[in-house]
Amino acid sequence: MMNKESGPLADGTDEEPATPAVHADGLTVVRGPRTVLRGLAFDVPRGQITGLLGPSGCGKSTLMRSIVGTQAKVTGTLDVLGRPAGHPTLRTRIGYVTQAPSVYDDLTVRQNLDYFAAILAPGRAAAERRRTDVTRAIDDVDLATHADSLAGNLSGGQRSRVSLAVALLGTPELLVLDEPTVGLDPVLRRDLWNLFHDIATRRGATLLISSHVMDEAERCHRLLLMREGEILADDTPEALRTRTDTDTVESAFLHLVDQAVEASRTKEHTR
Amino acid sequence: MTTTTPRLAPSPTSALSLSRTTATAARVLRQLRHDPRTIAMMILIPCVMLLLLRYVFDGSPRTFDSIGASLLGIFPLITMFLVTSIATLRERTSGTLERLLAMPLGKGDLIAGYALAFGTLAIIQSALATGLAVWILGLDVVGSPWLLLLVALLDALLGTALGLFVSAFAASEFQAVQFMPAVIFPQLLLCGLFTPRDNMHPVLETISDVLPMSYAVDGMNEVLRHTDMTAVFVRDALIVAGCALLVLGLGAATLRRRTA
Repeated sequence: MMNKESGPLADGTDEEPATPAVHADGLTVVRGPRTVLRGLAFDVPRGQITGLLGPSGCGKSTLMRSIVGTQAKVTGTLDVLGRPAGHPTLRTRIGYVTQAPSVYDDLTVRQNLDYFAAILAPGRAAAERRRTDVTRAIDDVDLATHADSLAGNLSGGQRSRVSLAVALLGTPELLVLDEPTVGLDPVLRRDLWNLFHDIATRRGATLLISSHVMDEAERCHRLLLMREGEILADDTPEALRTRTDTDTVESAFLHLVDQAVEASRTKEHTR
Repeated sequence: MTTTTPRLAPSPTSALSLSRTTATAARVLRQLRHDPRTIAMMILIPCVMLLLLRYVFDGSPRTFDSIGASLLGIFPLITMFLVTSIATLRERTSGTLERLLAMPLGKGDLIAGYALAFGTLAIIQSALATGLAVWILGLDVVGSPWLLLLVALLDALLGTALGLFVSAFAASEFQAVQFMPAVIFPQLLLCGLFTPRDNMHPVLETISDVLPMSYAVDGMNEVLRHTDMTAVFVRDALIVAGCALLVLGLGAATLRRRTA
């Protein structure tokens, strides 16, 4: 219903196949005694920014790890870029940033990126492309002045940007970013969101970004609202606000949570 | 900003890729280069210990010969065990391992990369220690010092393999360090360094027969006493190398792309 304002896919110029970037059906994940994801069914459209929102512990990170293919005990259907999640050919096509920055503290920013670039595109023949790719990734996250600093000597926000830069290497078709803006100041957060939009519109990539900062949700094309391993809503921010008759995504989310709590309570009562 | 950035050609994951292995080895060595104190300690401590040992056994040079040669095999094993177990544990806890395994890196590449990097360091460490022992401290070795170096290198590989393997069972640095007495000390006691293995209780002797460090020390002593490469030396070297490969394989099995 909100196709008017959705991303580059809608105008038909994109040559991407019609399959969604991520397709899940009956997706269930068990971790130890807990069922973390309960039969999720959703699609993430290509070329757009999809926000994954929900309180901490609701299963956002587990869902992201499942999509990237690092989560064990995943059942149900989960197709990523037309292949089952975790398929070996997907490893160069997905960029993934974990919540905690996963970089080598005892290497400089550039050395970190050089190494990961060499894993993505090995061999001497690719050396020139690797160099331009690394320089671009450093510029993307605005760390050119710190390129030769040890990652361990950077601030928390800078280190998470190094981690993000690694995910941007190799121009991935799908970027899975787990809370990439946590601990960043407002200016940097704005710059990064501009970068995300740039990546989606100009490079045609799909972004799946988790966050629990609701004002960031307004900048996504679509939202997946999660609570306790289930999906509460899957819609555009505007449609969510209209449906719940609220002004912000934050109040829409709270409204939906209250509704869900109410529903589960009445279910218990009627039992 | 340019929009037509060339896509890096996706290269498939293979079990072992030479350039990914060397890139990993170069990265591990680069990490160490930012930590010169660790390098200095890895290289100097064996030399200082040999120096100490030489003058502890000032009155009985025969004892220095035998213990010194054994230690030339034991040092690289212990050092590489420690650095590898901590380095891989860090890799696991910092999330870089998960990131690497989500990329087209083969498990073999990672393990071979570590083995290559620490093997290089072990060559430097062993060359210095062997040189010091043979030419300055007067360690009386009948065979070729090159064979001493060869055994030392195999021992270093075994240490790397064991370190990599046990790091999978350590949840913290504290636990990883405790694996050193748990895995290394029994081998140290039973390898024939303190008393010949055939003087031990038969049960202990049997146990020592299956511990790889026993063959490392045996090999060193073969070089010490014989001018030529003996059949026993070849057997010892093959056993140590075989154990290293076996444990490296077990270590590879502990690297999982999907974790709970």
